[in-house]
Formats: sequence, structure tokens, C-alpha cells
Amino acid sequence: MTRIEVTVDGAKVSDDVEPRMLLVQYLREKLGKTGTVIGCDTSNCGACTVHLDGRSVKSCNVLAVQADGHEVTTIEGLATNGELHPMQAAFHECHALQCGFCTPGMIMQSIDLLNDNPKPDEKQIREGIEGNLCRCTGYHNIVRAVQTASGQEVGK
Amino acid sequence: MIPAKFDYLAPTTVEEALAALAEHGDDAKIIAGGQSLLPVLRMRLNAPEMIIDLGRIESLRGVTEDGDALVIGAMTTHTDVGKNALVAEHAAVITKAIEHLADAQVRHRGTFGGALAHADPAGDLGAPVLALDAEFVITGSGGERRVSASDFFEDFMTTAIGDDEILTAVRIPKHTGWGGHYEKFVRVAHQWPIVAVAATVRAEGGTIAEARIGLTNMGSTPLRATAVEQALVGQPATDEAVRRAAESAAEGTNPPSDLNGDADYRRHLATVLTRRAVLAAAGA
Repeated sequence: MTRIEVTVDGAKVSDDVEPRMLLVQYLREKLGKTGTVIGCDTSNCGACTVHLDGRSVKSCNVLAVQADGHEVTTIEGLATNGELHPMQAAFHECHALQCGFCTPGMIMQSIDLLNDNPKPDEKQIREGIEGNLCRCTGYHNIVRAVQTASGQEVGK
Repeated sequence: MIPAKFDYLAPTTVEEALAALAEHGDDAKIIAGGQSLLPVLRMRLNAPEMIIDLGRIESLRGVTEDGDALVIGAMTTHTDVGKNALVAEHAAVITKAIEHLADAQVRHRGTFGGALAHADPAGDLGAPVLALDAEFVITGSGGERRVSASDFFEDFMTTAIGDDEILTAVRIPKHTGWGGHYEKFVRVAHQWPIVAVAATVRAEGGTIAEARIGLTNMGSTPLRATAVEQALVGQPATDEAVRRAAESAAEGTNPPSDLNGDADYRRHLATVLTRRAVLAAAGA
């Protein structure tokens, strides 16, 4: 077992973990943060996307021990004082989901995209979320939500 | 899918990492960004007893200048290399290749040295560094040695890095004023390239003075299209002239056949993508 200290959604946590434990397992099984989901288990789908030191990563493709001393933000750490993060609000407003399983990862990656490029055009949005798969193929409204969250006009 | 059990060390210096490697030998595997290794471990295609993590060695990160070369630390992430102004100025073909390497999450975590040491012939960085005549800085207990890109890639996922050595940096001779382009053919988003071509070109007026071309996934290692490079010298950067030169792009290659296409299809792709890459690199 290896001792790790991680800041998750603003709270410092410390645990003994097996080195082979994946970050997504740690978040879900040790911390109960089941908002971050496991989609494909092969690091293709992006459903498990979280932020590590402010940058999006697939948490099934990071070991918990690699997060030692670092800061993790999950979908559960976005809302402040009961207010949805603007990206969450935009996904809600634009109905940017069908089954909803890809939504946590889509939102985390979309926030990363806007951190990097605050006013992406449609092509840049589609390329920016290419590491996130929506099995319902509901990309259209997801792109609209990202446009909305970035304060841009949404094409009808 | 969970990896098999392993022990874990996270050294903070190259010396410590080398000592750990010497101690654990064949039982150890190095992890850089882990974006290729972790899927391998999860699928239990490999089950090392010891993982040595280079992620805490700060001296392996960053891009610096050393005279006529750029030195890219092996643990610099794809994102950081892709955004680096020195790389864009002196090695534009690398910047272009990183734009569409994997996806954003993988680029944030994956590293320049890790991807090259993994040496998957479908990886996006081998062809650009081969085209740029890069030198690999490999460190062992006896110190550093430098290996040319043409000697670094030995075979399918096999490099010149010894069992007791670590790839610590990649030196890229500055190609200042050269245009660069990476033309990649995929069927679906963030797929490994079926074939890709890295081209870097020095044009004078509308004429190609020099060209260097690397091929991705056209054999068991990245390959140079030397026949095309020679044929391009002195040619106008026009569709017709470049098309003619690009016809020999698949010469001497040995591409794989798989569900994405057979070898002949890849040979054809190589000629088409070479034409596109050279024209874009020449600014035509």
C-alpha cells in the first residue's frame, strides 16, 4: 500500500491505496464520488474525465498514486453554493443529453476546452470533445450547450 | 479492468530512477505519462512487478535551446510541446503533428519521450522526429549517449534504449524557416493513423530547396521517403510537380494489412498524403 494525499473537489483526503488502483476507482470506491462514471474501461470514451491540476484527464488512465500531492476536480465539485456551473446550466438549458451517461465527462472536457479557447467555433468544439463518445450520438445539443456556455449565438 | 498487482516507486531524480532500474531489472517497467502503458496493464498484456514513475522528475520537463538544437525533455506533455513557441518556430512539423495526436485528455497527460520510447509504428511523433533528424539522449549509469533517429527505431515497438537506460531528452536540429505539415488519414475521431505523412520543406520563392519526409505506419518503424525528398529538390511547389515526386513515396516500405486497409491501399495513401503534406508544408 502507498500513502497518498490528494485534494479532491477542494477537500484534502489521505488514504492508503494499492499502487494499481486507478484514479477513477479511488474517486468512486474510496470517496464515493460516483458522479464520475466508468464508460469503456479502455480509455476511449472519456466518460470518466476529471481535471487534474486544472487539466482534463481520463481518470481510468491515471493511477491514484500518480495523483498524490495534486488537485482533482470532479463533476461533483463544479457547483458552488447550490448554483450549477455555467457549463452544467448550459447542458441543462440545451438538453445536451439523452441517456446522460457521457454527460459528466462531456461537461468536464467542455470546461477544459473553454479554459483553453474561450470562443471556439463549431469545428473547434467538435474537435475539442473528440475524446468523449456519446453512445446516443447526441452531439448536436452538446455542441449547442458549449456554444451557449461560451456566450456565443447558437445556430438554429 | 484492473492491472495485476505491482510495486511502485516515484523517484525525483534521474539518478534515483536509474538505481531503481538497475535493482529491479527485467521485473521493472518505466511509466511516463502512462497513456499507452496503463491500457496495456489494464488489459493484462503485460504485468511488470515494479513500476518506476518518472512523473516526479521535474528536470525532465520543458523545452530549451542549445545552440542549433531544441532540447525537448522526455517528460514534457504533448500539450506543452504543442503550445511551445520555440517548437512552432524551429520544428513546425511537430506542432502540426501534435494538433491531432490522440485527444485533448491524452495530450494533457501523455509525454513526448514516453510516446517515442513506446515506438508504436502508428504513433504520430516518430515520423516528424525522423524527418527532422532528431537525436535521442539516452541516459544510463555511465552517463549520456546520443542516438540518431534513424538508429533509435529498431523494430516494431523496439528502440535502442537499453534495459538499464532511460530516454531523457530529444534534440531537434532547428529547422528555422522550414514549413511543416502532418497529414493524417483516419476513419473516425482520435483513431491511430491508418497512414500519416510528416513533411518539412524549405522553399525559396516558389521552389522547393530541401524537403524531409517521414512516414507513419508504413512499416515496423517510422520511415523516411528519401526518393521523394531527392525528387523534390529544385522542383516548383505546384500540384503537378509534387504529385510526380510523391509517386515514389511507398518505395522501400513494408506497410501492414489489417481491417483498416491492405498494404496496397496504404501504399496508395502514402503517395496521396505525401503530396498533400508537401504542398501544405511549402505553403502552396
